[in-house]
Amino acid sequence: MRNIWTIARRELRVYFTSPIGYIVLAMFAVMFGWFFASSLIIFARVSAQAAMQPGVEGLNVNQYIVQPTLGNCTIMLLLTMPLITMRLFAEEQKQGTIELLLTSPISDYEIILGKWLGGMLLYCCMLLISLLNFSVLLFYAPLDWRAMLVAYLGLLLWGGTMMALGGFISTTTTNQIVAGSISFGLFLLLFVLVWAQSYSQSSLGQLAGYLSMPPHFDQFSKGVIELKDATYYLTAIGLGLFLSKRSLESVRWKA
Amino acid sequence: MIKVQGVTKRYGSMTAVRDISFEVAAGEIVGFLGPNGAGKTTTMRILTGFLPPTEGTAEVAGHSVLDEPIEVKRNIGYLPEIPPVYPEMEVDSYLEFVARLKGIPNARIASAIDAVLEKTSIAHVRGKLIGKLSKGYRQRVGLAQALIHNPKVLILDEPTAGLDPAQIREVRELVKSLAGDHTIILSSHILSEVSDTCGRVIIISEGAIVATDSPANLIARLQAGGGAIELEIDGPAEDVETRLASVEGVLSVSRGPDVAARATWVAHTGDTPDMRKRLAQAVVESGWGLYGLKQTGMSLEDIFLKLTAAEKIGAVEPEPVEAAATEDGAQ
Repeated sequence: MRNIWTIARRELRVYFTSPIGYIVLAMFAVMFGWFFASSLIIFARVSAQAAMQPGVEGLNVNQYIVQPTLGNCTIMLLLTMPLITMRLFAEEQKQGTIELLLTSPISDYEIILGKWLGGMLLYCCMLLISLLNFSVLLFYAPLDWRAMLVAYLGLLLWGGTMMALGGFISTTTTNQIVAGSISFGLFLLLFVLVWAQSYSQSSLGQLAGYLSMPPHFDQFSKGVIELKDATYYLTAIGLGLFLSKRSLESVRWKA
Repeated sequence: MIKVQGVTKRYGSMTAVRDISFEVAAGEIVGFLGPNGAGKTTTMRILTGFLPPTEGTAEVAGHSVLDEPIEVKRNIGYLPEIPPVYPEMEVDSYLEFVARLKGIPNARIASAIDAVLEKTSIAHVRGKLIGKLSKGYRQRVGLAQALIHNPKVLILDEPTAGLDPAQIREVRELVKSLAGDHTIILSSHILSEVSDTCGRVIIISEGAIVATDSPANLIARLQAGGGAIELEIDGPAEDVETRLASVEGVLSVSRGPDVAARATWVAHTGDTPDMRKRLAQAVVESGWGLYGLKQTGMSLEDIFLKLTAAEKIGAVEPEPVEAAATEDGAQ
């Protein structure tokens, strides 16, 4: 555990000693703010109209603001996560520092979990920044914060999945740009695979839909934890970490 | 301390190291010598647990690299050819990171860092970014990294590659000063380095060990087959040459550079034992002036070339060598 933490801490440090951490955070903060503000403005307009019609109760804040904003947020992660994951292993392999890690008295899993956790810590910083936006709502609107926290749990799983898969891709190359590009391609694919469900009823189409990431986020964003959705993300995280471990072993064979 | 038995390493169809066996006793400094691509780095990586051997076994401090890699790694300090340093970290925080990785208890980390900064004389750059340091300093940070947990075994892959002469000397002195406390294996393709620092040399060529001995013994052993005597003679050139060539036991004669208007000659004597007396007699009997007479040995460089070339061409069978961990004066 100490070893995992040692590596995670260094990862987090690297993000903030290089511009990449700040760039990611700034980009995320601006875009998230924009999406939040847009939903907020639409919500305000719609509620004003609703208020004029008799018999209509107050609109659900979670449904009108939290859900669409977080939905948009997952799209943003398509772009920002590769920036975080691309360097995780590729940089070490390029610099030759991977030799330090692989010849230290720590296990491959500790290295991989440490890297994953380091990336997740940066991701948590992003999520904390995004929470600032919603915290405003607590004062002015009937926000169901428990549902929102569940949505954030979904977001954590979402990010963890991308971190594990992107980390795996980063182990396969010494070139960060290559790692970033392939990760982006993979994330995009996982994002749009669900379209197959709409035009194909075959089992292949259904499978493609199941593999896609967004459908599993729907319930989370509504504040509902579905076991099958959580299982999907946890499996994907486990798979990514396992593949990273395999790939790291092959680094030894290729070296 | 280190025991390697029948280790072979293949990458696909390429054999990097084949059937290597040797032992290193505690406190010894052993040099791996060989041309680039001979398998030095591969052998070292196997010892560090970075690479698994395809065949054979390797033990470090009593632990097998395959079965107890973590224990092996705990006992090894490794400096790869390119120092594994993070350019964006300061020396201090880098060493702290390494100290944690190597499992040094929190309470002892600060003192371990201080000690190793002192040992490698980089205390004055401890707050600097590693990326801003010169190559020599970066190398020393790499060395500090290998030393920080005070490992029993140090494995240094070309520790002086790319350094300037002053830095090379510093690193050599540093390595020598570490002997005794640590068992050290270092690799090099520079001979003077190995003969200077190591008690024993293992010459590797094309993935196989072609010779193992102390530098002095290697020279002595191979001198027999390649002896030569240098003479400085005042006399008519042609006569001298024919006279020297006619001495029994001389294989050939060649003319060296003139020294103070006198010619020097090199009489190649093959493996005939000391020929100095016979040659001196021949010169004196001819009535010429003999100003110099010297048995010249092969430098380690010659031996290295001879051994590795022989291996390649297969013309000369290198003497069978056995790991002589105990019989040489390594310490």
